[in-house]
Amino acid sequence: MAATPTAAQVRDPRSRSGATAEGRQRIRDRVTDALLHLQLLAVAVIVVFPLLWVVGSSFGPGGGLANAGPIPENATFDNYIELFTQTDYGRWYLNSLYVAVLNMAGSVVLSALCGWVFSRIRFRGRKPGMLGILVLQMFPSFLTAIAVYMLFLNFGLLDSLTGLALVSIAAALPYNTWLMKGYTDNLPASLDEAAALDGAGRLTIFRKIVLPLMRPMLTFVAITSFTMPWMDFILPRLLLQSSGKQTVAIGLFQLITDQYANDFTTFAAGAVVLAVPITILYIVLQRHLVTGAMAGAEKG
Amino acid sequence: MTTTETSDLPTSAPARSPRAPGRAGPGLPAPVPGIASALVWGSGQLLNRQAGKAAFFFAFYAGAVVWEIASGNYYAGMDFTPRSNGGFFVKGLWGLFTLGTQPREMTLTGLTEGDNSIVLMANGLIAFLTLALLAVVWVWSVRDAARYRAALNAGGRTEASPAYFKRIWDGAFAYIVLSPGLVLIVFMSVLPVLFGILVAFTDYNRDNLPPKNLVHWVGFENFATIFAVPSWAATFGGILVWTLVWALLATVTTYAAGLLQAVLLASRRVRFPRVWRSVFLLPWAVPGIVSALVFRSMFNGQFGPVSQWLVDLGLTDERIYWFTDPSHPNLARAVALLVNLWLGFPFFMALVGGVLANIPESYYEAARIDGAGPVQQFRHITLPIVQRTVMPLLVLSFVHNFNNFGVIYFLTEGGPDNVDYRFAGSTDLLVTWLFKLTLDNRLYNIGAVMSLVIFVIVGTISVLNLNRTKAIREL
Repeated sequence: MAATPTAAQVRDPRSRSGATAEGRQRIRDRVTDALLHLQLLAVAVIVVFPLLWVVGSSFGPGGGLANAGPIPENATFDNYIELFTQTDYGRWYLNSLYVAVLNMAGSVVLSALCGWVFSRIRFRGRKPGMLGILVLQMFPSFLTAIAVYMLFLNFGLLDSLTGLALVSIAAALPYNTWLMKGYTDNLPASLDEAAALDGAGRLTIFRKIVLPLMRPMLTFVAITSFTMPWMDFILPRLLLQSSGKQTVAIGLFQLITDQYANDFTTFAAGAVVLAVPITILYIVLQRHLVTGAMAGAEKG
Repeated sequence: MTTTETSDLPTSAPARSPRAPGRAGPGLPAPVPGIASALVWGSGQLLNRQAGKAAFFFAFYAGAVVWEIASGNYYAGMDFTPRSNGGFFVKGLWGLFTLGTQPREMTLTGLTEGDNSIVLMANGLIAFLTLALLAVVWVWSVRDAARYRAALNAGGRTEASPAYFKRIWDGAFAYIVLSPGLVLIVFMSVLPVLFGILVAFTDYNRDNLPPKNLVHWVGFENFATIFAVPSWAATFGGILVWTLVWALLATVTTYAAGLLQAVLLASRRVRFPRVWRSVFLLPWAVPGIVSALVFRSMFNGQFGPVSQWLVDLGLTDERIYWFTDPSHPNLARAVALLVNLWLGFPFFMALVGGVLANIPESYYEAARIDGAGPVQQFRHITLPIVQRTVMPLLVLSFVHNFNNFGVIYFLTEGGPDNVDYRFAGSTDLLVTWLFKLTLDNRLYNIGAVMSLVIFVIVGTISVLNLNRTKAIREL
């Protein structure tokens, strides 16, 4: 990654000129440096300001949007206390956590198994299977979600968090399987073969040899499938109905649409509570996430 | 399907000595056992002297028939109708075909129980899928019977049923491991997709809600509505054009900004590049729904701070209603694109940054020796390499933006209102329109048509993209 300065590329404007006008050159360099850092600073301000604004608002004493600001005058925790006492936010948070954990576990296990089988075992129907996965993966998940909603509605299956998790797993499974398959394809097969010669069963080989090597892709799928339910809106909006069964994303949206102008600071507190853990997770694991997305694109 | 065939099994099996080494049966032509198996499952295998296999295939046949009879009402002693007498398969297919015939009615004894068309349709679909699965077994049995006989006639060796099943079992490992995922996908993805396709050909909407009313097949009427009825066609056309413009601009702007930022950050002159990078990654790391809702508040017309600052600075005389002013739809669109730029550029910055770090320094050295300036180096070295690596992601990003529900719905909810559109605002994308049609307006049939249209568009782009990459060939 570009984070290491030594590996960074330089397009050095000095290279062209000789050493004749060194003084003028140095001034020009200084100006370039200043302009460069000015640009970085401007972008940084644009990036940070909205975030600062919502964090500031969440500590602000007011309630309305009109008095919200990036730096509150007398900061308080009232909004956070109100968030957890006056609304169902704690309930929603736990609901999201439940769906997220289930989604993560299910997605990782199933996609690792399926991806490995498609990559390493030749069986009849493998090609049609891969093709089917490709087609399903193109079908945007919310299109299925709407059909699932109509089905669940008529069979009385709505309003179940486990159901939501199952639909989420199924929706992402083709893509995740595709990722895992692509990653396993690039792992050396010689290790498996050596273990098979030593008499190891196929599942043992998978568990002891392939799985540890798949760890980067497992991490990628685990993070994405853990964070997805926190931000997903369409599926829970369609499949969940009662107030006690909502997830955080729905709750936040309701906080901002229902009580718009007079309770903005509570929304801000909710937004911060939702955003902080995920943001930290993303920043810490950014390398995995970017390379994972790259791998997905290269493989289709 | 062969479920109507009822000739009994034993008569079709020749009673010969079970052990005829090397040859089983007197040189029957290969199609004979195949045809026998096609009529009664397993009988061909029996002709081939493979009792185990015959029992295996016959079990499917018998199972299906027993299931049909057990789930149906075949001994009621009245006139047979699929509705009241049919079992899982017959009633299922009948329901799929007719979508119910008996509406709910008010009688002296209260409400009668009418047919629920949607439940019937879903059950029919499941019955149909099961039959399709049985058909696979049927084809397998027919082919197996014919091929085995052909191999024998060509002088091949006999294979006992247990040996065959052991071979199959060893080969089935892959299917066993795949089965949990497969079951999940069939019931949570394939079934809904098929169901959604079927709904596109019905009149299932708010005027026709089961169990109160029956739903009917209407053929291509819904497609005709969207593409031919002027108000619908205008809405669809307008939204489609905006969706394409949006997807293109959103992709290009985020990529251009990401590229610029990555190139600037890669410069050796930058102090603390890691710190800058982490700051710039924030919009990517913060959940999109949170950012979009925050921007929605900032651009709120009545109370939002952005309008207030513009007034305070004297740039505008009165507050601007960014997303709710019907006379300025392009203002709302532009702001949505800007917010999307804020949300999207860090991802491309990170990507391009990774690519830049992997370009060998020697390329640039060689270019410098040849006298290339920084602009030329960028145009002829950096840009082509980055472009080639990032191209598939640009297509993915286009598809993502085409379906970018989050930004539009959370930011503008499709607003400002557009009087010329049906159930849509000026910034609505096809997906948000679809969402409103289905959830807010319960026009399920029109929504299903929209789903298909979106799938065709997205699928075409994805297939074109796939053809360029190695993915298909590597299957």
